[in-house]
Amino acid sequence: MANGILATDPNRVSFYEYEGKHKGILSWLLSTDHKRIGLLYLISLLAFFAVGVTLGFLMRLEMISPGPTIMAPNTYNSVFTLHGVIMVFLFILPGLPAIFGNFFLPIQIGARDVAFPRINLLSWYLYLIGGVLAIVSLFTGGGIMDTGWTFYVPYSIRTTSNISLSVFAAFVLGFSSILTAVNFITTAHRMRAPGMTFFRMPLFVWALYSTAWIQLLATPILGITLLLIIAERMLGVGIFDPNLGGDPILYQHMFWIYSHPAVYIMAIPAFGVVSEIIPTFSKKNIFGYTPVAISSLAIAFVGYLVWGHHMFSSGISDISRLIFSLLTFLVAIPTGVKVFNWVATMYKGSITVKTPMLFVLFFIVIFSIGGLTGLVLGAINTDIHVTDTYFVVGHFHYVMFGSMGILLFAGLHYWFPKMFGRMYHEKMAQVSAWIFFVGFNLLYFPMFIMGYLGMPRRYYDYLPEFTTYHVIATVGSWIMITGMIIMFANLIRSLYTGAKATENPWGGTTLEWKIPSPPPLENFREIPVITEGPYEHHFNKEENT
Amino acid sequence: MKDTTRDTKALERELEEELHSTGYGTYILVWLGLIGLTAITVTVAGLNLGSFALIAALIIATVKSALVVNYFMHIKFDTPIFKIFVTICIIVVLTIFIITFFDYLYREPLI
Ligand SMILES: [Cu+2]
Repeated sequence: MANGILATDPNRVSFYEYEGKHKGILSWLLSTDHKRIGLLYLISLLAFFAVGVTLGFLMRLEMISPGPTIMAPNTYNSVFTLHGVIMVFLFILPGLPAIFGNFFLPIQIGARDVAFPRINLLSWYLYLIGGVLAIVSLFTGGGIMDTGWTFYVPYSIRTTSNISLSVFAAFVLGFSSILTAVNFITTAHRMRAPGMTFFRMPLFVWALYSTAWIQLLATPILGITLLLIIAERMLGVGIFDPNLGGDPILYQHMFWIYSHPAVYIMAIPAFGVVSEIIPTFSKKNIFGYTPVAISSLAIAFVGYLVWGHHMFSSGISDISRLIFSLLTFLVAIPTGVKVFNWVATMYKGSITVKTPMLFVLFFIVIFSIGGLTGLVLGAINTDIHVTDTYFVVGHFHYVMFGSMGILLFAGLHYWFPKMFGRMYHEKMAQVSAWIFFVGFNLLYFPMFIMGYLGMPRRYYDYLPEFTTYHVIATVGSWIMITGMIIMFANLIRSLYTGAKATENPWGGTTLEWKIPSPPPLENFREIPVITEGPYEHHFNKEENT
Repeated sequence: MKDTTRDTKALERELEEELHSTGYGTYILVWLGLIGLTAITVTVAGLNLGSFALIAALIIATVKSALVVNYFMHIKFDTPIFKIFVTICIIVVLTIFIITFFDYLYREPLI
């Protein structure tokens, strides 16, 4: 490496230009550089996201009028199942840790890479294998999965569609998730730069660390549950099948023991991105660093204890309904800690509303609606009224898309200059964000009203009285997709024509803003020594020099 | 460079000590213990003890996993950080068990 040729000196050229052992496409497919792996994840996740959006678009189009519109009832079942499985398992769950975690976790703690770079690459391959298996399952066996993304028994045991392979695909994806978690936990413990104590880590790192613990502890439960479905289908072991003395509700317990914490696997990293963007664009140290950091861990822990709120109407005992309802309300405390601290950070700050900040403001609005409607679902009596209606669909789109999705867009705009070394067109980005925001609310808000009025979810047909709401939602989906197309077109165009980005275009204070854009192969010429917290702004010093 | 050599030597010495502390004899004993406990589980399951059978099975399973974790997975000889990590996992599993049983113990019988 010290032979003086520019492109082989990891400190002089960016990680794009660096020439390692392999050339061309292999330099990506065999790379153990955390930044390249992050970008591999970005591309693959966005590809699956595009498929998921297309399926959602088709579903909404089908629902624009009562009765058959563009597809048959069975096709509709498969489309909403695929939409859910792709969005949850292939997009939201790996989500922000896989993309921004891989790219920025080592940089933000002052390390040259993650603790296990090869395992990191392996996790991407497992992700791809899981995705490919899911696609193969569509064209083999008894046909496309039609159970909904939750694979509830007894239907998932009895349906003739190709459940075994789809479930196995999700199992493989779980391994990818576990490996990433092991990597991040070890990295956070072992790879921090000198002086980077736990309480000097950026809050995004805290979020990734908490998330990794959930992934590590909860994913095996999903793995065993999914394997049991396969065992039931192939061997008839009788754990879930009531005909053989099994308990179908046990499946729901085991599924939600994983899948409720999974909600936080999606949401906590998103909170972490918010905690990065707000101090940068408010030019202020984050208000209440320690509570925000600890609240990530608290959400991760309490999130383990509330899964039963998905089962209020499934026949669990009254006392456990009471306990689950109570525990569910407790989640509001650490979440509230975060929201109030974010708002307090902005208070008397010098706020510039650039695109990432705009998305964060949208997030606060949308996530508040999502969170408050969550209370309706967390209280047993109101929940029973809206169980399995569009109210639930509206709620989790506000929560999931509203946190992970919007913060993916925010993070993409925030870190775009650092990742690609170019600036994007600011006006265009803001316009697309507004179009997206309007479309989002038009699409999902009518679902609350429909659901409250009794429109059941996953139904192919509906009574004429719901038509207006369905039409508004469908038109909303067109507007939202338009916003996203403009946004990505702007970003892709900026890859080629954008102005060169400086080291620190936003005035950020964390370590990634102290190295070149895009970063060199090993991130830091010299590992920095950390002497203060992550969000200290030094105006006078910078302005006077 | 000096430091690294010293570290390696210290590491080797530690490894040796560890090997001495658990010989094959211990492993075989633990293994026999696990087989014995499995036999007890099977016997208890055949005795028709009602809900006590479940408690017995859970206790035996706990003892078995304690043996595996401590000896085969070497947690007994590891640094505190690994012990803390394992304890966190155990606490999570225990909590999940307890909360699940609030459903199963109090569920109203279907008529
Ligand atoms: Cu939940």
